[in-house]
Amino acid sequence: MTVSEAAAKLNLRPIAGSKGLETEINGVYLGDLLSWVMGRAKERNIWITIQGHVNVAAVALLTGVSCVIVAEGAEIGGELAAKADAEGIPLFASDMDVFTLVKLIVGLGIA
Amino acid sequence: MRLHYDVSGGEFLRAGEASSSLKKVLKQLGVSSDVIRKIAIAMYEAEINMVIHANGGVVDVDIDSEAVRIKLEDTGPGIPDIALAMTEGYSTASDEVRDLGFGAGMGLPNMKKNADFLNVMSEVGKGTTVEIKVNL
Ligand SMILES: Nc1ncnc2c1ncn2[C@@H]1O[C@H](COP(=O)(O)OP(=O)(O)OP(=O)(O)O)[C@@H](O)[C@H]1O
Ligand SMILES: [Mg+2]
Repeated sequence: MTVSEAAAKLNLRPIAGSKGLETEINGVYLGDLLSWVMGRAKERNIWITIQGHVNVAAVALLTGVSCVIVAEGAEIGGELAAKADAEGIPLFASDMDVFTLVKLIVGLGIA
Repeated sequence: MRLHYDVSGGEFLRAGEASSSLKKVLKQLGVSSDVIRKIAIAMYEAEINMVIHANGGVVDVDIDSEAVRIKLEDTGPGIPDIALAMTEGYSTASDEVRDLGFGAGMGLPNMKKNADFLNVMSEVGKGTTVEIKVNL
C-alpha cells in the first residue's frame, strides 16, 4: 500500500511533503525519543510520533521512513512543515491517539 | 573525496543538515542503501550531540573506495567519563531538550552499533573529537 492510499484510509490531514506520496509502506514504527527512532525505525516504515518540531524531518530523512504522522493532535511547527516539503517527506496530522491509529493500520493489513 | 561542514550550536533548525547532505552525496556515488543508513545514523548522532552538548563544531569527511571516515570536532565542555557516556540510557541532556525528544542516551550507542570503527576523544573544558569509520 502506498502512503497516499493509507493516508486516505486513515483520514490523515496532509501537512507537507506531497512529493513522497507514492512510496510503498512496509511497516510501522512508534516513538518519540529521536535517537531511539534513529536506531530502530526501518526504511519505508510509517513513523507515528507526538513530536512536531523540526528535528523530526532530519530523523525521517536519515532513517528513510515513508511518512510521518504527528498523532494525538500534537502541534506541528512551521519549520517542520517547510523542511518536510523541501525534502519530500510526507507529513500528516491526526487527532487520533496512537493506539487507535495503530488498530486502524493493523486493520489495513500493513502491519 | 573530501567534504567539510560547519555545524552551529543550539541551532536545531539546521541540526542534521550535514548528515542529510552527506547522505545525498553517498546516494549519488551509488553507495548501497544499507551502508548509507549506517553512515547517516552514526553521523547524525554525532552531529546532534555537537549541537546539543557542545555549541557546534566542524565536520570533515573523507570518502575513498574502501571507507567513509568522518571526524567531528568541537570545543565544548568535553566528556568527563567516556565509558559512562557510552552506556545506553546515560544522558546529561537538559529538560528543555528532553521535551524535544533528545536525551534517551542512545546517541553514542547508536554510533557504536553502526560504525565499523568509533573513537571518542575528549578533554574536559577543551572539547570532544569523534572519529567514525564505515567500510564500503
Ligand atoms: N560532543 C559532546 N560534548 C560534550 N558532551 C557530550 C558530547 N557528546 C556526548 N556527550 C555526553 O555524553 C552523553 C551521552 O550521549 P548520547 O548521544 O549517547 O546521549 P544524549 O545525547 O544525551 O541523548 P540522545 O542521543 O539519545 O538524544 C550526553 O548526555 C553528554 O553528557
Ligand atoms: Mg546524543
